[in-house]
Amino acid sequence: MLDLIPESPVPPGGAPLTEGDTLNSKSRYRRMFWAGVLSISVLALAPLGIMTWVNYQEYKGAFEEEQTRPLIRFVAIGKQSVEDFLEARTAALGYVSLARTHVALGDPAILAGILRDLQGSFGGFIDLSLIEANGTQVAYAGPLELEGEDYSDFPWFQEVKRTGTVVSEVFLGLRYSPHFIIAVYREDPPGPGYVFRATIDTEYFNRLVRTLLHQPGGDVFLIDEGGILQTTPLSAGGVLERAPIPPLPVSAQTETVSVQGADGVPRELVYASIAGSPFTLVMLGGDPDSGAGWAALRRNLLIFFGLSAVMILAVVIWGSNWAVKRAREADRVRASAYHRMEYQNKMAALGRLSAGVAHEVNNPVAIISQNAGLMKDLLVMSDTPPSEERQLELLDSIIKSAERCGGITHRLLGFAKHMHVRTETIDLGELLEEVLGFLEKEAGYRDVRIEFDFPQEPAAIESDRGQLQQVFLNIINNAFAAVEDGGEIRLGITRTDAGDFSVWVQDNGVGIPEEHLKRIFDPFFSTKKGAGTGLGLSITYGMVQKLGGDVSVRSREGVGTRFVVTLPGNPKEAQEP
Amino acid sequence: MNGCTVLLVDDEVDFVEVLADRLVARNLDVSTATSGEEALAAARNRTFDAIVLDMAMPGMDGLDTLENLLGINPDLQVILLTGRATLEQAAAAIKIGALDLLEKPAELDTLVEKIERAATRRWSLEDKRIEERVSNIMKKKGW
Repeated sequence: MLDLIPESPVPPGGAPLTEGDTLNSKSRYRRMFWAGVLSISVLALAPLGIMTWVNYQEYKGAFEEEQTRPLIRFVAIGKQSVEDFLEARTAALGYVSLARTHVALGDPAILAGILRDLQGSFGGFIDLSLIEANGTQVAYAGPLELEGEDYSDFPWFQEVKRTGTVVSEVFLGLRYSPHFIIAVYREDPPGPGYVFRATIDTEYFNRLVRTLLHQPGGDVFLIDEGGILQTTPLSAGGVLERAPIPPLPVSAQTETVSVQGADGVPRELVYASIAGSPFTLVMLGGDPDSGAGWAALRRNLLIFFGLSAVMILAVVIWGSNWAVKRAREADRVRASAYHRMEYQNKMAALGRLSAGVAHEVNNPVAIISQNAGLMKDLLVMSDTPPSEERQLELLDSIIKSAERCGGITHRLLGFAKHMHVRTETIDLGELLEEVLGFLEKEAGYRDVRIEFDFPQEPAAIESDRGQLQQVFLNIINNAFAAVEDGGEIRLGITRTDAGDFSVWVQDNGVGIPEEHLKRIFDPFFSTKKGAGTGLGLSITYGMVQKLGGDVSVRSREGVGTRFVVTLPGNPKEAQEP
Repeated sequence: MNGCTVLLVDDEVDFVEVLADRLVARNLDVSTATSGEEALAAARNRTFDAIVLDMAMPGMDGLDTLENLLGINPDLQVILLTGRATLEQAAAAIKIGALDLLEKPAELDTLVEKIERAATRRWSLEDKRIEERVSNIMKKKGW
């Protein structure tokens, strides 16, 4: 009983297909596309990135360990070798100083013999000398003429008297060539003690240290406590220059640190102090990049990550594009279907109206025809011409009827206007009067009473006249269908607190069962089997939404139905279709 | 044919009066009514040779009025006037007993012709009835 619109036999032709493709929706599709691309990319790339990073760290750790592990071993071996070297020579020196007397050591011939023996058995000795406690060198055996030198101010000399044994840093000393010494101090009671000293070849020392070197690109050298090179490194620098590494914290154990090499590449550095000497053995790892395995693995890892990312991005972009295209297509189809439905509904309503209008037009046309006929009769049939008064009376009646025809066709034309939203200022009261004008004849024939509380103040809104006409025509038509002959339809306009206008249409008809009430705005829902398209109210609903308003309905079976259409008082609230 | 009695029924006063004037000018005896009820009252008071009845009227519509008129006198000849003639309406009207159906706006000459035909029919019906009555009386009384 809700849908009055008869089945339309005429499918419409050219409903424009561009409805869903306005500028606004274009940017909406673009937003949709980017949102899809971003969210899916993050979702897919984040785990890949995390996995790659974790793998990278793990591999890096493994490769670094692989590099430092041999370094640590070499340093341990090297430390042992250097300590053995120093210890053997210190012990030999100590032994000689004990085995020979002070006096015997002071004999240059004996001293030269000892030097020869030491060079033959241990190697590395350059010279030997005996120095009295006052610092005067009393005997010397070696390549230089150094007898009579005074060593009392030399730091090693001070130290050996205090500690008994000393291994000095490499220094130039009186010889002006780098060397270091091993010295032992012997008490010789009752007289003063003496110092027995040996000079050790730094070249020999260099060779010893260099044999430790294993890694390509790496380096190995000794430094003293002040960071001064004690042996010649492979890379830049020479003996007694500052070592090209940062100061190393003192430690009894073997330590590993990462340092920036001279070329800016980070390298592993392992060092260990040589016990009983000022020396520290330093070993620099080779260039980490020269480890072809790591570089290749890293490259592969990055290539894998890059390719995966590119592929994922490509698929994501393609997929998003496809989804948006589908959504767009669906929107377009829906918009076009909606447009077609709207058109059908309008055509159906128009067909129904035009039948009524034809009937309505015929009455005034009949009057015009009869009036004109009567005038002709009066002129032709009687001998005396009709009085002027009589003629005017008939002409007035003709004019009045012509105006009536004009009014009817005007209303019909207003209804038939195109259905795109075109806003103008509309007085809702007048608009409702116009719509009721279509229906007053039917109301008269069916004896349906219409009560319209014409609003006291004008209810002016910005909206589309044609669409509003159709909306109210649909709703009032439904009311007509619901009431019995002799029923009552009441309508009015109220202003809401928000400044919107509510048009209510209330009938005392059959009412709508509750289970139907929820579905009456659904498309194709009709209670009249085969009699309607089921589109009337759904289209009404769609139009009101499009105009920024809202429709609600309340009904009780046997009591009546009340439709309320709320339209925005402020036109800016109209929403995008 | 002159002088036959016609009742015009239409809710449009202008239409009824002007049409009445014109029919009077054509020597018809014309009465008017502007609703179904008025028409019934008029038909009870006197007999008309023809009744021209508008289909669409507020309150009692053309078909109801037709039915009631024929209830008063089944011999009444009713011509229905309608703004839009549908097959359904025509069938319903003929079934109830209307003589004819004319679409508005009708040619006056056509209307007059139909009224005259209605009057003729009515008279012939009346003649027939009188004849029947006479023959009945003849049979019964056996003159």
